[in-house]
Amino acid sequence: MIHPIPSGTRDVLPDEMRELRQISDALRKGFEDHGYGELYTPALEYEEVLSRADLAEAAPAYRTFDETGAALALRSDMTVPIARVAATRYPTAELPLRFCYLAHCYRRVRPQRGQSRELLQAGIELIGAPAPEGTVEALTVLCRTLDRAGLKDYRIGLGDASLFGTLMDRLSVPEALRAPLLQALSQRDFVALQRLLREADLPAASSEVLLETAQLRGGLEVLEHASGPVAEAVSGMREVGARLPADVAARIIFDLGLLRSIGYYTGAVFEVYDPAAGAPLGGGGRYDELLGRFGRGLPAVGFALSVERLHIALAGEERGTGAMLA
Amino acid sequence: MSGADAATGAGGRTAESHLIVAVPRGALFRGALDTLDRLGLDTQEMRSNDRKLLFESIGTLRQTAGEGETQVGAITMRPSDVPTYVEAGAADLGVTGKDVLLEQVGRDGGAGGRDVYELLDLHFGECTMVLATAAGENAAGEHPAQEALRRLGVMRVATKYPRIALSHMEQTGRQAEIVEVKGSVELAPLTGLAEAIVDLTATGNTLRENGLLVREEIVRCTARLIANPVAHKLKAAAIEDLVGRLREG
Repeated sequence: MIHPIPSGTRDVLPDEMRELRQISDALRKGFEDHGYGELYTPALEYEEVLSRADLAEAAPAYRTFDETGAALALRSDMTVPIARVAATRYPTAELPLRFCYLAHCYRRVRPQRGQSRELLQAGIELIGAPAPEGTVEALTVLCRTLDRAGLKDYRIGLGDASLFGTLMDRLSVPEALRAPLLQALSQRDFVALQRLLREADLPAASSEVLLETAQLRGGLEVLEHASGPVAEAVSGMREVGARLPADVAARIIFDLGLLRSIGYYTGAVFEVYDPAAGAPLGGGGRYDELLGRFGRGLPAVGFALSVERLHIALAGEERGTGAMLA
Repeated sequence: MSGADAATGAGGRTAESHLIVAVPRGALFRGALDTLDRLGLDTQEMRSNDRKLLFESIGTLRQTAGEGETQVGAITMRPSDVPTYVEAGAADLGVTGKDVLLEQVGRDGGAGGRDVYELLDLHFGECTMVLATAAGENAAGEHPAQEALRRLGVMRVATKYPRIALSHMEQTGRQAEIVEVKGSVELAPLTGLAEAIVDLTATGNTLRENGLLVREEIVRCTARLIANPVAHKLKAAAIEDLVGRLREG
């Protein structure tokens, strides 16, 4: 007899569970060693709480009602619940606050490899530490923890969520054109981007700057070669880059076109890539305005890793094969 | 190990300068191979051997900037599989029609499409997604689908592209019943299965031969170069070099 489980969920049996446990233990130890205390929050929250954040594509997908008729939702990330905790339980605590978690989150995704609707996330939130120092700390903890987990060939893509806003301000891009341009960028559709720019009534030089910037990525030289309005827009990335320890800096790919699908990011954003996996293992960024929506305005930064994808990447590196190692 | 070693890959692997391109068999096959030829790659074997699927090396490109070299391999497959291979990272780059990209479901199940970069319009394989019905109008000057919509409240649309058809009907504010068929869509309005079809046409010949008329143009489609989002970062130099060459013609 077959008793199915919901699409996008799965059972984890002992052999896999042992390996997952080993990875999550290494991550937890890495976070704790950097002074991040583990916490846990309820998987179910009031929908009204979760909707205070601009989660965009990662908006909660599963809802239910409690016995009083209040709308509940399964959390889609841990950043919003931790923002709630920080604002309500630590209203006067000394800063910065350092939290870590290993917890399941729930999203509506198309089930495929490394893509579960119930996904185990491991991450940190550093609250009350502004850019650039806070960002540098988060990136450093990220690399040191991945090292501890045994991942070898990973790289970190580093971008800035405010970059295109700044750039479009400086180039006086008309308001009506901004949303479509950002949409093409977030859909990674350079063909649409090029068409929009060609059809728009912009000076050719401005169009070129926008199109080129969207595709600029590489080492520190990418920032050094930036000039004019782009140089100004990357000043935040430059400040972070200059303060990174050498071993962390060597992992960084500066990526001016990097955008994350979650809407609450305000500054630096980053993603973790490994040649043994075809999709990012996780990512994060600065969310300096999110805490304010819960009543205590504080700058903050954090990241989350998918433990399942990290496992796939580790297994791929071990075999010397994987998405791009073959 | 240090991060600097990570940049070149462990154990002397040259993964960062090795690109795998997914090439669709079918209507876009020759155009895709011509594109690879223009880059100076050798597609002779791909053209002559239609049973082989994996071509480990079809040549090496000396990168224009710097002194790097890009080794290029290719895999061939059914056209609608190209985004699947590229999204999963089993291929770094792929050639696929815009129609395929529009029709496939995104990672988040939403309208975002496949999680791939759309890098370049390759300007071949041009065709148009159209809505067509049987020729002729009623006394009120309506074509069959318009009449069905007015009198029955819904038009039935047969198509191989249910997502594109549905989103076109939604965007134009009309109720439709989408009937998915796998082939010979032209048959549907002739037999009363549906009043209209949404299909891809290059010349319009098949439509005309079956007495159908194009009523609406939905979107023009050409071949696109797509990239896996991780390869786009980790193999940036190799991919930018290749895109730059294609852009210059």
